[in-house]
Amino acid sequence: MTHTYVDGNALAGPLADLFAVDLTTAVLRCAGCGRTGPLAGLHVYQKAPGLVARCPGCQAVMVRLARTPTRVHLDLHGTLALAVSLPS
Amino acid sequence: MAGGTVRRLAWRVATLVDGTPETASARTMTFHVPDWPGHLAGQHVDLRLTAEDGYQAQRSYSLAAPADADRITLTIQRVPDGEVSPYLTDTMKPGDPVEVRGPVGGWFVWRPDSTAPVLLVAGGSGVVPLAAMIRARRAAGSRVPFRLLYSVRTPADRYYSADLAGPLDGVDVTYAYTRAVPDGWPRPPGRIGVADVNTHGWPADLAPECFVCGPTGFVEAVADILVALGHDPRRIKTERFGPTGG
Amino acid sequence: MSIVTPGFHGRGRPAADLPPGQYLTEDFPVLSAGPTPRVPTGSWTFTVTTETGREYRWTWAELLALPAETVTVDLHCVTKWSKLRTTWRGVPLDTLLADVETAADFAVAESYGGYTTNLPLADLLDGQAWIAYSYEGEDLTAEHGGPARLLVPHLYLWKSAKWVSGIRLSHDDEPGFWETLGYHEYGDPWREQRYQGD
Repeated sequence: MTHTYVDGNALAGPLADLFAVDLTTAVLRCAGCGRTGPLAGLHVYQKAPGLVARCPGCQAVMVRLARTPTRVHLDLHGTLALAVSLPS
Repeated sequence: MAGGTVRRLAWRVATLVDGTPETASARTMTFHVPDWPGHLAGQHVDLRLTAEDGYQAQRSYSLAAPADADRITLTIQRVPDGEVSPYLTDTMKPGDPVEVRGPVGGWFVWRPDSTAPVLLVAGGSGVVPLAAMIRARRAAGSRVPFRLLYSVRTPADRYYSADLAGPLDGVDVTYAYTRAVPDGWPRPPGRIGVADVNTHGWPADLAPECFVCGPTGFVEAVADILVALGHDPRRIKTERFGPTGG
Repeated sequence: MSIVTPGFHGRGRPAADLPPGQYLTEDFPVLSAGPTPRVPTGSWTFTVTTETGREYRWTWAELLALPAETVTVDLHCVTKWSKLRTTWRGVPLDTLLADVETAADFAVAESYGGYTTNLPLADLLDGQAWIAYSYEGEDLTAEHGGPARLLVPHLYLWKSAKWVSGIRLSHDDEPGFWETLGYHEYGDPWREQRYQGD
């Protein structure tokens, strides 16, 4: 039972509740180890009260997302920077 | 919202049009979704099911084919003791509604204007978004060479046999069976290894786009093999499906 | 808002004796927010840290040497499943905290792997909480929080920290992993305190 995560692709739907652009192609920098890569490449743990996305390099939590009936909570404190490509 | 510039993705009502058995344990289902905006091969949808008592369950499924106007196609694998998939494969009838959100995901996608050769590696029902890419290639008239390496338990577990049987101009399909093989099959049953990927994939020099989809452990193993064979990790795109509870 | 999908029932079954909004389950779902820590009992310790920084520490052998209790309790997860009549064995927090000098009102449970959750110290006392190391007569598996987890069954299950490594006592209520993401600071299932403001 060590393989309990999926890819950051799984965040596409939940993040579409908040953002008009697709953030799964955004490039993020991990606050833990400095590694950069697309949100889609993060390891997402989804059998939990919220979605927890971890750095594939150091396993630090980079993105957390929880939905309540009235709010969406997004925590990015494990992410140093985020770059989104604009539609041409 | 004032200005109306924010376009959030809404839940829409999808109605089952048709469901046909894909294998003994999988069903290909076509839904009618009014005002479907279209999608790219590899994208997925979220399905939300609500019981009469208000209980809700949500699952993600890959789109299996390019959209046909307002119709989308999914293939659902029944997960034993699953909560959602047995309903979809065994109970849901044409005319029944379900909520759908999508298409979502812009990373694990193949775009018809892409020119790099493509390697698709599927584990079990992970073939669904990869078959969507093959179908999108055909629909677009693309000449980009594709190779599909499809790991599946037995011949009877193959999805889309008729579609993938060929001849497919420019698409090579190789099966790697893990449990049982047809009579006279040259490769003994077993998991995909370095030799399979080396023989039936593309050389790293050609800088192919690699798409790998399957259970988490499968994807992990194949991605490691591709990196070991010299493929650029940035050109290896993965879609794992984990223990979602079916 | 949502439309009903006819014939869909889901796994959950509402039952009369459950907290509001909960559904009965027979299996034991495994929830996890990260890789499952594998903590060898040879290097396992449990540490209580007071608000003054004083530490009280137990090794695995020392924990097992303490008087244990077997309890049968109901579990209520904030993701809406409840599992009834589960049997655990472990050391009551009353025993572990008996000689700890503290004037703190709050506790933060900390876990191997980095998870945290906060609760009032009073909710760890008076026979309400255990450091549990056995489930249904077997060693607690890693996926369910072994070698040992906190068990506080009167609160939603996210308060029962898996892979517990210690309890930190404090004058202030410090929100933990889920409490900083919109979940309730206390989490009483019978008052349906799932989210902030409930």
